[in-house]
Amino acid sequence: MTETLRLGYIPLIDAAPFFIAQSLGFAEAEGLVLDLRPAPSWSALRDMLAMGAVEAAQMLSPVPVAAALGLGASQARFEALQLLNANGDVIGVSRALAATMRAAGHPFDFADARTAGAALLAAAGARLRIGVPFPFSMHAELVHYWLENLGLPLPAELDIRTVPPPRMTEALAAGEIDAFAVGEPWGSQAVERGVGELLLPGTAIWAFAPEKVLAVRQGWADENEDLAGRLMRAVWHACGWLGAPENRFLVSDLLSGPDRLPIAAEVIDRALSGRMVISAEGEERESANMIVFSGGAATFPWRSQAAWIGAQLARRYGLDPVAAAQSAAEVYRPDLYRRHLRAAGADLPGASAKLEGALTAPTAVASERGQMILPADRFFDCRIFDPDAAGA
Amino acid sequence: MTRPLSIVVVEKDRDRARMIVDGLREAGAHEVVVIGDEVGLARRIAERNPDIVLIDLASPSRDVLEELTLATAPMERPVAMFVDRTDGGLTRAAIEAGVSAYVVDGLRPERLTPILDAAIARFALLQKMRAELAATRRALEERKVIDRAKGLLMRARNIDEDAAYALLRKTAMAQGRKIADVAQALVTAAELLK
Repeated sequence: MTETLRLGYIPLIDAAPFFIAQSLGFAEAEGLVLDLRPAPSWSALRDMLAMGAVEAAQMLSPVPVAAALGLGASQARFEALQLLNANGDVIGVSRALAATMRAAGHPFDFADARTAGAALLAAAGARLRIGVPFPFSMHAELVHYWLENLGLPLPAELDIRTVPPPRMTEALAAGEIDAFAVGEPWGSQAVERGVGELLLPGTAIWAFAPEKVLAVRQGWADENEDLAGRLMRAVWHACGWLGAPENRFLVSDLLSGPDRLPIAAEVIDRALSGRMVISAEGEERESANMIVFSGGAATFPWRSQAAWIGAQLARRYGLDPVAAAQSAAEVYRPDLYRRHLRAAGADLPGASAKLEGALTAPTAVASERGQMILPADRFFDCRIFDPDAAGA
Repeated sequence: MTRPLSIVVVEKDRDRARMIVDGLREAGAHEVVVIGDEVGLARRIAERNPDIVLIDLASPSRDVLEELTLATAPMERPVAMFVDRTDGGLTRAAIEAGVSAYVVDGLRPERLTPILDAAIARFALLQKMRAELAATRRALEERKVIDRAKGLLMRARNIDEDAAYALLRKTAMAQGRKIADVAQALVTAAELLK
């Protein structure tokens, strides 16, 4: 029987799995009609999900974790059924800051987080204000992790603040912020308007960072097992299609449009191809894995990813990191991923948690069918996060 | 005698802001301040340290308010979105009216409810006005496009206005589309062929 599911999203490139599931028949194959509902802000989207205005939503990977820790304005609890994508963030700086950094010899290689961090701190001096889309976002986590682990003194006035992405370019132009971390296409927009330059891809800080998740209200997937399975399979097939290199040019055209993503196909293609334009002068930089939808268990919701986010948030907001990592791990649901996607053809890793940051190159690991290749997931400072010793 | 509540309304549009403030004043003697500028929103709200913040549900700047709920913010009293904590009817009414309210923890419901009722009434009215304005604009735009399409058809096929309109209507019905959409397609095509 055909059922309709309401899905909330923010018009960003990583909402792509929903559009592809709907328009290429992956939802239909599961007997689903997807009613896609755009939201004006992350808090509005979270509330739509909490209030039952949508059954599932695209969500920033830290939002279900923050909710589990009792952080934020909402009392609702959520679960992440799978990742929608990994990576996709960029860090950029104002033109003024970029000029100072270039004068000091920084090459804007769009690759080395350590030298970029040192150059940024040196150029910023006593005050550095960085815009991020939401307090609970991978953008915020990456910026905090990066700056705090450079081993350098931080500016006396370091302010990592929320700026809605549609306002990011304006805020940078008006001098309200000196730098930003956003998802594409917003970073490229700042470059296009000539107010900012791109400094780093998020992957330079964490090579494989969970970016957006498919989120539902706590308990929904267990109470609606059949529906949840159908939704997950439709989205998972869409992610697989999105990750296939031969589909890349179709993707940008399918996604660009007033009722889809109000973004030019050419700009969407920059993130998908990993060929980024970093300055108004048109300098290009190649960057692998800019945004990842499939391959190597890319959409598998590792409990260790949630634990890492939980431990980070706990440290920042003064909570017990061990307890936080544990509660965090519970809201990512690899068990449902296994149950619902095994039959659809997903190869599944042998474990549901891993050492985060341990892989410096793509590595073969045990999977249910034998072996699978996991992508590199190193942190820029080569630290390894062990979810079982999260307090350390 | 209880002290007046301090309310911040986040609204860019002056006329909308005035209507909301008027509505709130009718609900009692409260200190109402409007912040229209999005620059430094979190800091400016924190400086006022209000009991209640009201913001349009559709405003992207709502995400900035999330910072106010974090313990490290200058506002020390924790803030929550009211919708989680009150009865379902009020919540639904607020969402339908398009208003979100952030409320300092511990504010008693009997003090809060009249203000929220007033806010909901005003936001609902504003939403209705906005919808009507949009519908009027759209109708005007459609009318303009249809007139241009008629003009094109009259010249190209040497027919009169009524016949041109009839042709548009017939085509729209045959294709299951709106007349305005067919007219738009024709106008776009004519511009491309120029």
